[in-house]
Amino acid sequence: MLRARTGTTRQSGIRFWLIAGWISALLLPWRGLEHDRPLVFLWSDLFAGIWFWPLSALIVIAVATYAGLRRQNRLLIAVALLGLLRVGLEATLLRDRIWAAGLAGGGADWPSLGSGAALFTLTMTVLLAYGLAKRGWMKGDAFTLASLFVVCGSILIFVGYPVICILISAFQDDAGATDLGLFFQKITDASIWNLSCLTGGRYCGFAWNSLALAVVVGLLSTLLGLAFALIATRTRFPFPRLLKVISVLPIITPPFVIGLALILIFGRAGMAMTVLHDWLDLPRSRWIYGMTGLVLAQLLAFTPIAYLVLSGVVQGVSPALEEASQTLRGNRWRTFVQVTWPLIRPGLANAFLIGFIESLADFGNPMMIGGNFRVLSVSIYFAVVGAAQDQGQAAVLAIVLLVFTLSAFLLQRWWLGRRSYVTVSGKGDSGIPAPLPRGLHIACLGVVIPWLTLTAVVYGIILIGGFVHNVGSDYTPTLEYFLTAFGIQQGDHGWFLSGSAWNSLMTTLQVAFIAMFPTAALGIMTAYLLNRHRFAGRDAFEFLTMMSFAIPGTVIGISYILAFNTPPVQITGTAIIMVIAFVFRNMPVGIRAGIASLSQVDRSLDEASLTLGANSATTVRRVILPILRPAIAVSMVYAFVRAITSVSAVIFLVSGEYNLATVYIVGRAEYGEYGLAIVYSAVLIVIMLLALIGIQAAVGERRIGRRAMTTQSRTAAA
Amino acid sequence: MNQAILIPAVTFEKVSKRYGGITAVDAIDFSIASGTLVTLLGPSGCGKTTTLRMIAGLETPSEGRILIGDEDVTGLPASQRDVSMVFQSYALFPHMTVMENVCYGLRASGIAKRRAEELAADKLSTVGLSGFEKRLPSELSGGQQQRVAVARAIVLEPKVLLFDEPLSNLDVKLRRRVREDIRSLQQQLSLTAVYVTHDQEEALAVSDRIIVMRNARIVQDGTPRKLYEEPADRFIADFIGNANLLPVHAERIDATTARVRLHGVTLTLPSRGLLDGTATRDDLALAVRPQAIKLREGRAGQNELGGIIRKTVYLGGHVEYEVAIEGLGADVLVIAPETARPLPPETPVILELQAQGAALVSADQHS
Repeated sequence: MLRARTGTTRQSGIRFWLIAGWISALLLPWRGLEHDRPLVFLWSDLFAGIWFWPLSALIVIAVATYAGLRRQNRLLIAVALLGLLRVGLEATLLRDRIWAAGLAGGGADWPSLGSGAALFTLTMTVLLAYGLAKRGWMKGDAFTLASLFVVCGSILIFVGYPVICILISAFQDDAGATDLGLFFQKITDASIWNLSCLTGGRYCGFAWNSLALAVVVGLLSTLLGLAFALIATRTRFPFPRLLKVISVLPIITPPFVIGLALILIFGRAGMAMTVLHDWLDLPRSRWIYGMTGLVLAQLLAFTPIAYLVLSGVVQGVSPALEEASQTLRGNRWRTFVQVTWPLIRPGLANAFLIGFIESLADFGNPMMIGGNFRVLSVSIYFAVVGAAQDQGQAAVLAIVLLVFTLSAFLLQRWWLGRRSYVTVSGKGDSGIPAPLPRGLHIACLGVVIPWLTLTAVVYGIILIGGFVHNVGSDYTPTLEYFLTAFGIQQGDHGWFLSGSAWNSLMTTLQVAFIAMFPTAALGIMTAYLLNRHRFAGRDAFEFLTMMSFAIPGTVIGISYILAFNTPPVQITGTAIIMVIAFVFRNMPVGIRAGIASLSQVDRSLDEASLTLGANSATTVRRVILPILRPAIAVSMVYAFVRAITSVSAVIFLVSGEYNLATVYIVGRAEYGEYGLAIVYSAVLIVIMLLALIGIQAAVGERRIGRRAMTTQSRTAAA
Repeated sequence: MNQAILIPAVTFEKVSKRYGGITAVDAIDFSIASGTLVTLLGPSGCGKTTTLRMIAGLETPSEGRILIGDEDVTGLPASQRDVSMVFQSYALFPHMTVMENVCYGLRASGIAKRRAEELAADKLSTVGLSGFEKRLPSELSGGQQQRVAVARAIVLEPKVLLFDEPLSNLDVKLRRRVREDIRSLQQQLSLTAVYVTHDQEEALAVSDRIIVMRNARIVQDGTPRKLYEEPADRFIADFIGNANLLPVHAERIDATTARVRLHGVTLTLPSRGLLDGTATRDDLALAVRPQAIKLREGRAGQNELGGIIRKTVYLGGHVEYEVAIEGLGADVLVIAPETARPLPPETPVILELQAQGAALVSADQHS
């Protein structure tokens, strides 16, 4: 009998978490702010008896574990539940300020929970999972159950709770009393819903503006994306690399940079405008500010996304079907209309909905060139930072925006769930895709080539715009802006970073770097749960994780202010809140990368490991993670890059101490310092490009090796 | 020693597995004696793989109890059961060498690395793969990968060794050799093994005992010989050995023998207690193996079965005929060993049934 008998690994796991529990109670500050003493020293507090609960709970578990009490599991469950209940109770009391008066002898302080309480909560959650697993939950798999609890719990705290805070805030007046009438008055306000622009008025309500913009951008980006996809996959386009570059651009471009470049080209003093003015004597105008410019900017930003989605769809159409159509005497046109088109139609709807959601959620471009054309995301921002300082109004606007994006998200899920891309399968179909009908081919080229030119001009401006005196009037090269931002000077105490951008750049890189680890970890963990386990509520869990993707960044930002500005969790103004915002905004990237590569790894590998006596934690560590290494690296870099480019959520969360690059750039642009803004943007893009190329070089080869390996073993097996 | 033989290695007590509204395994009972190789045989979707996975602990039963030895393992996860499994896809870890693959289970059980490598090397030589330790699975042929999977499973010296269609990814020639290797290894190490397949020939070749499943239930349980010669019902007669099923009319049945009429021909066969249970006279059919019908050229006379050859297929080692029996409206398959002069289609023939390959069967138990 070579197999280790049951239970030893489990005991060591419990012991580890028990130590974590002791640390949380003895060493870490239990509460935030000035109350930074560990729990064990808080006994002199008022209501010390209740406060002492977690400690007594830990003692009970320790005794139970080491003395090997018979009914250990029930004890574990009971103690863990009580511990969680206790933290929850404390949080509720702190939130409702009941304690504030009684604590620390005065009413001024209003303590929040600190790192000790956080670790304690985590410990209790994991111990609860151990106890329940032993009672047969999740097939007795403690590791998986604990992962599930941790992922669910963190999503509930950092996505669910803030969203609930928005709802509550929307229903309250300034004094904090519930006021339904006020809510209905606010949510039906004319500024949101009026349609006067249809009857000759100047502007419609924010909601209509947002919807109109989103529909137009959704439609046009889908059509453009389709043209690109058809050209890329169905014709011999002479520059395939160019299309590949196009598909990478949105990943490394902060969304508002496009708007910024458009201002430099088409703005009143912009490049194109000056040319038109000088040569054709056209009057300078501000046409770029408003819906037209916004549509252009968002199309430039989101067409590559539609292209990515649709090229996958077009490639998914099996060439065999088209070849079959051709052998059945279908000409090119008939083949396209009757075979190819019906197969890609569901993909088009999906691309439209993605463009629709992206447009609604976009904050940077409307901020830059929206002008007086106000959309919801920008209105939320101005409701918070503007003269009005009306958080209630912001909350109401956030709810309207949330309803829009969530509806589109639900529609998309329903659509994808109902229709399947019939021909997408793992098997490589040999065959040559049918050529495009001539007319369609020409039409696609007619769209793609001008668009590529425009994109090239836009990115050209972004890269060189910061190194000339003034785009539009004075093209003499200069390093002025670059040195203002990134200067290094020699002072009395040696060299120092004198440039104005260093501070925010360093903060950005640090925060993005820190955030990429938990982002990838949570994402891959969630992917593992979703892809490898069947459990009750799995669909709900999947929905919960993907939903955080559909919540616009502006809504996340405002909700974080509402939720985490006051105890029990008070982290606004810190770097932690930015890290957390990034983690939960970007987690779906990790989930998708993880699911994509996990579904290529045969499930029997896990099962083999289990039947060989390894528990699921060991299986994950020794089998799954090594195979997923490339996916993990990729999702870490994407988390890093997305954190750098993001602006909508963090614009609410930055503080004097912790400013971020994107927010800094938007601020400069608002003051008309376009040179500084554009040179900073160019530097960011180059940094992210280097990160992407670096990871590609590091991971690329290994990934190829692995794929070659698995295909070989499969062919050998077959 | 005696103790070990008396306690079955695996026992299923009224075990069911349901997925939502679908019942994959329906209240089955069986036990498997130590040191034997038992095959779960049945068409796809019959529940045999689910049954195997429940022994492994990869599925948890909805109802019932599973015992390994005398220990109730019903709620125990796979990693804590003393069983190992050889997967259909082999499931070799692609990022580990052959040695690392075979050591994996030993290391997971907390055995020191050097000791684990000794044990693994020993088992690798048992399966004839010494010298391949440093290779990656992708650098091995399909047959070699299969042997690594077997070595990885037996190195843990499990109480029960499970095989999930282990030959289905091998080509036909290799299959015959590997199944003999598996059988001799199992007998040599006196392992208890449970083997899942849908291939009746494979099942007959390797098993001490075969459990035939159909529609989530066990339909017959016995030695290969018993299943072949005394099929419990039409389904098994057809599934194992492709018997021809002919409608017969029972004239007289007693405890030991039955006299039946088949289109004017009267036959006397063992009755196998068919009327003890639920079967009635009208349910009866005659299952005749294709090899048990002799063909003779000529017209049928009194008390003879006549037919006309519809199709002749020459297969080198034997000839297959499709014969329409006169007045019966049924075609039968006949396999004839004489290949010198195959009878052409449309030849009138006389059929002679040999009692050795014919059995009376009742209707299906769970149709």
